[in-house]
Amino acid sequence: MAARTLYDKLWQRHLVDELPDGSALLYIDRHLLHEVTTPQAFSGLRSAGRKPWRILANIAVPDHAVPTRKRALGVAGIADRVARKQVETLSRNCEEFGITLIELEDARQGIVHVVGPEQGLTLPGMTIVCGDSHTSTHGAFATLAMGIGTSEVEHVLATQTLRTQKQKNMRVVFEGQPGFGVTPKDLILALIGRIGTAGGNGYAIEYAGEAIRNLSMEGRMTICNMSIEAGARAGMVAYDRVTEQYVEGRPQAPVGERLDQAREYWRTLVSDAEADFDREEHFPLEALVPQVTWGTSPEMVSGIDGKTPEFSQLAPEKRESARRALDYMGLEPGRPLKGLSIDKVFIGSCTNARMEDLRAVANLVQGQKVHRSVKQALIVPGSGQVRLQAEREGLDMIFRNAGFEWREAGCSMCLGMNDDRLNSGERCASTSNRNFEGRQGKGGRTHLMSPLMAAAAALAGEITDVREV
Amino acid sequence: MEAFKTHTGLVAPFDRSNVDTDAILPKQYLKMLEKTGFADFLFDDERYLDPGDVETPVSDRRPDPGFILNRAPYDRASILLARANFGCGSSREHAVWALKDFGVRVVIASSFGDIFFNNCFNNGLLPVILDESTIDELFELASDTDGLELTVDLEQCEIRSPKKTWHFVIESGRRENLLSGLDEIGRTLTFSESIQAYEAKRRTQEPWLFE
Ligand code: SF4
Repeated sequence: MAARTLYDKLWQRHLVDELPDGSALLYIDRHLLHEVTTPQAFSGLRSAGRKPWRILANIAVPDHAVPTRKRALGVAGIADRVARKQVETLSRNCEEFGITLIELEDARQGIVHVVGPEQGLTLPGMTIVCGDSHTSTHGAFATLAMGIGTSEVEHVLATQTLRTQKQKNMRVVFEGQPGFGVTPKDLILALIGRIGTAGGNGYAIEYAGEAIRNLSMEGRMTICNMSIEAGARAGMVAYDRVTEQYVEGRPQAPVGERLDQAREYWRTLVSDAEADFDREEHFPLEALVPQVTWGTSPEMVSGIDGKTPEFSQLAPEKRESARRALDYMGLEPGRPLKGLSIDKVFIGSCTNARMEDLRAVANLVQGQKVHRSVKQALIVPGSGQVRLQAEREGLDMIFRNAGFEWREAGCSMCLGMNDDRLNSGERCASTSNRNFEGRQGKGGRTHLMSPLMAAAAALAGEITDVREV
Repeated sequence: MEAFKTHTGLVAPFDRSNVDTDAILPKQYLKMLEKTGFADFLFDDERYLDPGDVETPVSDRRPDPGFILNRAPYDRASILLARANFGCGSSREHAVWALKDFGVRVVIASSFGDIFFNNCFNNGLLPVILDESTIDELFELASDTDGLELTVDLEQCEIRSPKKTWHFVIESGRRENLLSGLDEIGRTLTFSESIQAYEAKRRTQEPWLFE
């Protein structure tokens, strides 16, 4: 058989049929659902009198619009009437269609992309979809994981398949090891800075190289998570010992004889040595410094020692959007990023709200104080399990003593659907994945960075180089 | 799904690249439970000077008179012209519903966000990809002509102005689906036997997934 990439293998394994229209019918192993992108899909099923094809493939959890306080009250604790109705609608739909729901007050609740891997709902070799673009996160487990729209959610519910087109193969090889203070978030931000937010359009990306091999599953998830910011629907990492150790023992993972059987298959989930990629990017890491975005697109990024661009340095077609972005961000061209004072800090989101992120932050802020000029510094764990574990390790006390607010799990200020958001003009050091205009609140100004960099900014009251703290 | 064959309408030149789905429909409207009712909230952050949410009546708000879709004749535009990577960002289909609800039937750009592109086809909205020089030409035409009208003909794969015709390329399968407007789920369910046979095979290969 011809040499195949990991993506080719996952694709072929899940191919049900080639369709007359030139697309393919791909079987979906796992379907994750949340409150925001599913109500219209369930209505569609209901009005057509259809049922879910394979109920056990589905699991739902509310995360996007939920408040991060008063969790003990459950749904009744949602003050926003419209959001409450949406969360109630998810419960009602799950009940009517027989789909397992992790309720708001359940200790396992959290951001869908944190919950999946944690619970072993994400297993190597799967196809995974969710009505959410950051489904690419799960690719860290050698899965084919993609965000889909609501019509597709309905299609997957009804048929267990997705109509889709095969993407091209891209491999990103990170060469060498990142230096001190340089995290997976910096790797992916720098990559997006290089290839642009449309650079991965039409590709499935495989991340490879020594640095990836040496990363934990959590770090790999951070990188795969932001594949969509590079324009790729799916990003993935080959299976190895690190994957194996993470998966084994998870609540929904196979055990005993089944595990042996699974492991045998999972170990084939790597690209063949001779496999051809349509595109290869080599990215040396030795000189990489912590990254910070300065604009309103994740590709508008620079090293911490950099400045906002001078228009004359930019390609003519980039000038207008840079001008608009700097204007929105309240920044002049040629301004150093270091020393930019911030109003708020958000440490959270499906990119950076797992244990390693929180431990790194705790390590840095222990015995220190959030700068008094900072109006609010939020730490929102990615899931209830992360929250519990952090509390067992005493991290919550470190955070609180330093002046951070310690919240319940959810998307929170990553998109500001609940009441955690930026006010107009506020500047935020954020560990989330999108710095679009208004993303964290109308008029809010987001600077994306790693948890370490956000924690350092919290202490300094301004954007600063964590390597000098 | 609504079929798409030919559409003639007014072009709104929206001279921007990387228009993200957060800009097309901000998060506060994602709480709605239907596929309609989004027209007033399309590009909400830019369209109004004051903030809004689902429960604030639009009549109480101040539209930004400078925003293109608030200005005649573009307030009745049905073809949106933009630049690269239109619809990047989140998977929210609400962005497509909002465009449709406003009356947009065609978006022309040099490239699109992958998920947004798919979502368009599932809602009878036609995304047309043209090369950058043609996009430049259309922007020029639209700025010279107050209220440029174009005909977008999916059967012929062409865009026509009174003076000129441009061709576009679209995958044949996607084109046929839009032309027919058939229910995708219904069509996929005609493959039920293949899906069942496939499942049976996977059950023996990877039984742990089915237990
Ligand atoms: S944390 Fe942010 S990016 Fe992740 S799923 Fe939630 S809203 Fe989306």
